[in-house]
Amino acid sequence: MQNKSTKALYLIPYGAWILLFVVAPIALVVYYSLFDIHGDFTFSNYKAFFSSVYLELTLSSFWYAFLITLFSLLISYPTAYFLTKTKHKQLWLLLIIIPSWINLLLKTYAFIGIFGQYGPINAFFAAIGIGSTQLLFTDFSFIFVSVYIFIPFMILPIFNAIDRLNPALIDASRDLGASPWTTFRRVILPLTMNGVKSGIQVTFIPALSLFMITRLIAGNKVITLGTAIEQQFLVTQNWGMGSTIAVFLILFMFIIMLFTGQKEKGGASVGKTK
Amino acid sequence: MTQQPIIRFDNVSKRYNDDTTVLSNISFEMERGKFYTLLGPSGCGKTTILRLIAGFIEPSSGEIQFNGKKINEVPPNERQVNTVFQDYALFPHLNVFENVAFGLRIKKIKQAEVKRRVEEALRFVNLQGYENREISEMSGGQRQRVAIARAIVNDPEIILLDEPLSALDLKLRTEMQYELRELQQRLGKTFIFVTHDQEEALAMSDEIFVMNAGEIVQSGTPIDIYDEPINRFVADFIGESNIVDGVMIRDHLVRFAGKEFECVDAGLDTNEKIEVVIRPEDLEITSPERGKLIVTVDTQLFRGVHYELSTYDRDGNEWLVHSTRKAQVGDEIGLDFDPEAIHVMRLNESEEDFDRRLESYEVPDHAE
Ligand SMILES: Nc1ncnc2c1ncn2[C@@H]1O[C@H](COP(=O)(O)OP(=O)(O)OP(=O)(O)O)[C@@H](O)[C@H]1O
Ligand SMILES: [Mg+2]
Repeated sequence: MQNKSTKALYLIPYGAWILLFVVAPIALVVYYSLFDIHGDFTFSNYKAFFSSVYLELTLSSFWYAFLITLFSLLISYPTAYFLTKTKHKQLWLLLIIIPSWINLLLKTYAFIGIFGQYGPINAFFAAIGIGSTQLLFTDFSFIFVSVYIFIPFMILPIFNAIDRLNPALIDASRDLGASPWTTFRRVILPLTMNGVKSGIQVTFIPALSLFMITRLIAGNKVITLGTAIEQQFLVTQNWGMGSTIAVFLILFMFIIMLFTGQKEKGGASVGKTK
Repeated sequence: MTQQPIIRFDNVSKRYNDDTTVLSNISFEMERGKFYTLLGPSGCGKTTILRLIAGFIEPSSGEIQFNGKKINEVPPNERQVNTVFQDYALFPHLNVFENVAFGLRIKKIKQAEVKRRVEEALRFVNLQGYENREISEMSGGQRQRVAIARAIVNDPEIILLDEPLSALDLKLRTEMQYELRELQQRLGKTFIFVTHDQEEALAMSDEIFVMNAGEIVQSGTPIDIYDEPINRFVADFIGESNIVDGVMIRDHLVRFAGKEFECVDAGLDTNEKIEVVIRPEDLEITSPERGKLIVTVDTQLFRGVHYELSTYDRDGNEWLVHSTRKAQVGDEIGLDFDPEAIHVMRLNESEEDFDRRLESYEVPDHAE
């Protein structure tokens, strides 16, 4: 009896937190999405979302998020793989993770300096005769900086998955006639898929709603769901539309969570048979 | 006789980090179609030898040959060798069928044949009907058998088995020993088997390599090794034995436990200090008057097939006796044995010298 009531006691802070910072905001967002700019109840925001402007915006958001995730993955997987093979792997991992602790805004400003008209890269381009190039406010710089920001988050789960892989399984695969590449395809990749999925989750979802990097690095060139929300709230003052976009964003995130969710099979005990 | 050995180790050493020597200058040959066992205590380098043959590691020095060709640097997937791993190393993301089929799929064998061969292999290890089970749903012993099936299904030239029966209960273990031996003879493949268990080694092998601390101490048929252990380590490791210090008086006469005994060993120095081995089952209980040794029974254990008696002579040497006859604890009894039961071991004799000495006087009683 007492046990039960103490348990309930422990749950109070948790419940309060969820209620205040998860349920209430979502409810508020949904509530605001049902009012137009004049404060009248309406579904017109939802209708507006399905207009070509917002669909295009959504598509472009997904496209950028996809590119950012793809490049992060292409860089992170091999990096994580080689990290697990190094001698002081935890140290190397730490070195890669440390930049992610530095404030995002600071790093973004640093890139403005690096990519800027008078930054070191342009100075280098000028020196080898290419001449100064517009780097800031391009798709390239936007994706480059985003990938840079997300790489540590992608590496971490993949590193853990590869590190937990029983090396005897790789021996077994080679022993049974598989080349290194086939071994990767048939054994290593499937058994580290959960790490890849987690990595995709923690990259793709935040990438969908990026807005600060978008603003600072891409200027007005790239418009994503994140910048659109910011615009609606702060510039147009159309809270209804802003909330509607947010509702869809939450919905998309939820769907992605479902797709990249972990299946139990081989889950926790990746590769360890005993 | 002059058949090309399938595996040849020529002065092979394996070191890790340049200082820990795991194998030191090992040389041996293995003939095609025989059942070999590596026997030795934990950490002596058995798995290391298998990993060298499979190609997971390269020797630090020396040469490994397969059918007369150097294979030091050939990657494992290009070797005609399959391994049953000590920790099974089954693929957790594949079910039993796909685990066993893994090697066949790599070779792009047609589905119908894959199915036939996998089912045959599973039948061999008594796992028919388990095709669709996940590995996590199998018991330790069942996993071990899946690992055996996964290796044999590929029909390799050599099968390496790293303690493949260690997780099985006695009955299944004995059954699998028979079946593995039978399979090996039917397929005519070379099996290299690793075990801690001397009885298993004696029962299954054509030839045993007894290892200790990274070296092969003695190699030979089970009978040779059991009957003529080269030193105390082998005698102790292979079966239970009574080992006492003694002195060689002259050829065919040895002194131990305060008496002189007739024996079959010869070719040693006069008055050379030696060790004598007598197996517990070679000691026979008689009356004190007729016994060559007179001992007092200290303890007696019933071991199923026989009684195991621990007895002490007047000099305080312990004599282990296996007998179907019961004795009374505290009684004085006599122990009788034949001259052939006495095995004389020189101290620190090399295997070559040992073999040469045996050949010089050995009566061909158990020669093939
Ligand atoms: N990668 C490695 N680095 C350093 N030392 C190693 C390595 N692998 C094995 N060893 C050492 O080599 C020695 C022999 O190991 P091996 O696995 O061959 O023993 P084993 O005879 O198979 O023992 P067991 O019966 O316990 O399986 C051990 O002392 C082990 O600690
Ligand atoms: Mg081992």
